[in-house]
Amino acid sequence: MILPSKPFFFALAGCLCFALVTPPGAAAKNLKVITTLTDLAALTQEVGGDKVDVEALAKGYQDPHFVDPKPSFLLKLRHADLLISVGLELEIGWLPPLITQSGNGNVQPASPGFLDASQFAEILEIPQGSVTRAEGDVHPQGNPHYWLDPDNGRRIAKGIATKLAEMDPADRAYFQQREQDFEKRLADADKKWQAQMAPYRGRKIVTYHRSWPNFAKHFGLNVIGYIEPRPGIPPTPSHTLELVNLMKRENTKLELIEPYFDVKTPESIASMTGGKVVVMMPSVGGKPEITDYLKLFDYDIAILTQAFQSTQ
Amino acid sequence: MRRFQMLFGFMVVLACAASAQQTANAPTPGVGTDVSALEQKIRDLEDRMVMLEGQVRQLKAQGKGASAPSEHTSATASSPPATQSQVPQEGDQATASQATASAGDNVRLGGAGGAAAKALNPDISVIGDFIAGAGHNPLNPTPSFQMHESEIGLQAIVDPYARADFFISFGETGVNLEEGFITFTALPSGFVAKAGKMRAAFGKVNTLHNHVLPWVDRPLVSQNLVGGEDGINDAGFSVEHIIPAPGKWFLDFTGQAFRGDSADVYTASNKNDLSVVGHLRGYRDLTDNSNLDLGVSYSRGHNLFGSDFITNLYGIDATYHWKPLRRSIYKSFIARSEFVWRQQNQPLLLSCQTITCPANTAAGFQRAFGFYASGDFQAARRWFVGGRVDQSDRAFDSHLTDKGGSFVLTYWPSEFAQIRGQYRFTRYADRFDAHEAFIQLQFALGAHGAHPF
Repeated sequence: MILPSKPFFFALAGCLCFALVTPPGAAAKNLKVITTLTDLAALTQEVGGDKVDVEALAKGYQDPHFVDPKPSFLLKLRHADLLISVGLELEIGWLPPLITQSGNGNVQPASPGFLDASQFAEILEIPQGSVTRAEGDVHPQGNPHYWLDPDNGRRIAKGIATKLAEMDPADRAYFQQREQDFEKRLADADKKWQAQMAPYRGRKIVTYHRSWPNFAKHFGLNVIGYIEPRPGIPPTPSHTLELVNLMKRENTKLELIEPYFDVKTPESIASMTGGKVVVMMPSVGGKPEITDYLKLFDYDIAILTQAFQSTQ
Repeated sequence: MRRFQMLFGFMVVLACAASAQQTANAPTPGVGTDVSALEQKIRDLEDRMVMLEGQVRQLKAQGKGASAPSEHTSATASSPPATQSQVPQEGDQATASQATASAGDNVRLGGAGGAAAKALNPDISVIGDFIAGAGHNPLNPTPSFQMHESEIGLQAIVDPYARADFFISFGETGVNLEEGFITFTALPSGFVAKAGKMRAAFGKVNTLHNHVLPWVDRPLVSQNLVGGEDGINDAGFSVEHIIPAPGKWFLDFTGQAFRGDSADVYTASNKNDLSVVGHLRGYRDLTDNSNLDLGVSYSRGHNLFGSDFITNLYGIDATYHWKPLRRSIYKSFIARSEFVWRQQNQPLLLSCQTITCPANTAAGFQRAFGFYASGDFQAARRWFVGGRVDQSDRAFDSHLTDKGGSFVLTYWPSEFAQIRGQYRFTRYADRFDAHEAFIQLQFALGAHGAHPF
């Protein structure tokens, strides 16, 4: 047998030994939590307080369906105690290879350190019967944009608090206390948001993507159409024309779009219908001032009510 | 389905009963407090129902109730998974007893049967690759129409410690196991190991399946020096580890050992003629929108002239990505380049009567070099335009150098299909110019797992 050259062996052995003898970092007291989206990070921070170090992979202004599984994410996942995902196949295009490559047994699916937050939330638009790609990029287990309902925010926070308490029983009371405090602040804020939105309950709107069913349900809005002809399929002229006619017929003025979509088609529709394009933020961090979960709704409710007022 | 509905209904009834009992036992406070407490109880009850729905949804998705063998089911009943800890105790018991009953009803040889057999199926996908070609190229002829490849992917988690991926490639004339390997994801000290048949971690292009290439073909340097379409793709094992690095650098080392049979690169004349591959990757985010990916690769093995003849491959790769995150689905740019050096021993006096020598084989030690450089710009959500420059010596006669270039235009009707046109010019060392045009149609069915970055 011809053996590989000595330099190669030395390099290989050196790298492996270096990796083995290098300590995995100072033993941190705090739980290290990585979340896929900023919203889950914000909720984890609410209940985890200073007992957790939490970081999100995707940015708040980024389309969560299309995130590059960059190697820098592996550095974050490598030492994570807990990985929290949205689930419902929202991250299917980028999270699985990261988990596989992380070399972290804690965060593998079905491990104690992997938490799918969708199990705590009310899920809408669950397809019935057979599902095909003819319907676009459908999610067979339901719409994954569920965090945009404060009720689901409360449920997710409660689920995360329980999980944190399991992983760090010594701080169980701390997590429960923070969760109850968050629940109270969220309930108070929700009363305010409901009051702001009360004049507009039942209003018809159009959205770009199917990102807002939970939001619309909570605040009593009626989504009558979508700028995308099918989920994940860019607008087509024929569908756009149909939508314009529908909006005129139903006297619908507002189009809600996410910050990562092109405004060209929505602006064109607005000019034909006398409507208005409202760029809503679907996630914490979408704007610098949206630093937590409550501020996300503060921002969205504020611009939405302004838009309703301006299109009275 | 009916079992899940019964399970869900049973849990909801238990939850309501528990709530009602608590309400009955509660003290009678003032009216305001009473309304507030009632609201809280309704909210709690609603949350509990939503959570139970979530549990049922997960059970349905995972086929958990029907999939576990009886001995595992009893273990589950006594120590529920952490993620189910919030279900009320009554719910837990109900779930466990239902699960036990279901598993008992369905146990077959191997531990899975009935509904479980379907629930445990791996993710299955098929990717079709149809190519139409025009132009004259006697050195590397392509048919006018070909169903170039139909790649079937079978991917699933094996157990709590490993996952497995199979990619079976059906050509027009045969079947090839493109990759089939198990990945151990829960090894100590952060190691990730693979065993099976896999594409070697030599550079970038060699690791890519056809359907994720940004071109219809592979660059000249891959064709001439790194085994062409099949590349270095062999049975063996691989160990990967992230190495602590200063600053914001990501360093990752992969070491691989193979049987030693890969296209025209390596040939194992006997069982001990193994080949090895080492790859060191350095990656850094330059900004939120851009990053740099660098790699050095080395590979060594025995070539087709026999156990005494060695081929060494050295490679450098660099990739620059730019993608503005706020417009990530509309704009992006990727610049790629790879440099490869191939050095191989060949007999001083060729005995091509006894060995099947490739065309244009020269005698003696050969030092060949090749590279490609390419750029791909996403101009709109569905449109990509790119170009590539190629140059490569021939592996078996390094005095012969081929050069070329390509222009590529790609359109994505959706995430699951793409149409690509490519014009390719090649100036072969034999003083022959080839002008070719290709149209490629790729389409995906089913759940094809995402590929690493």
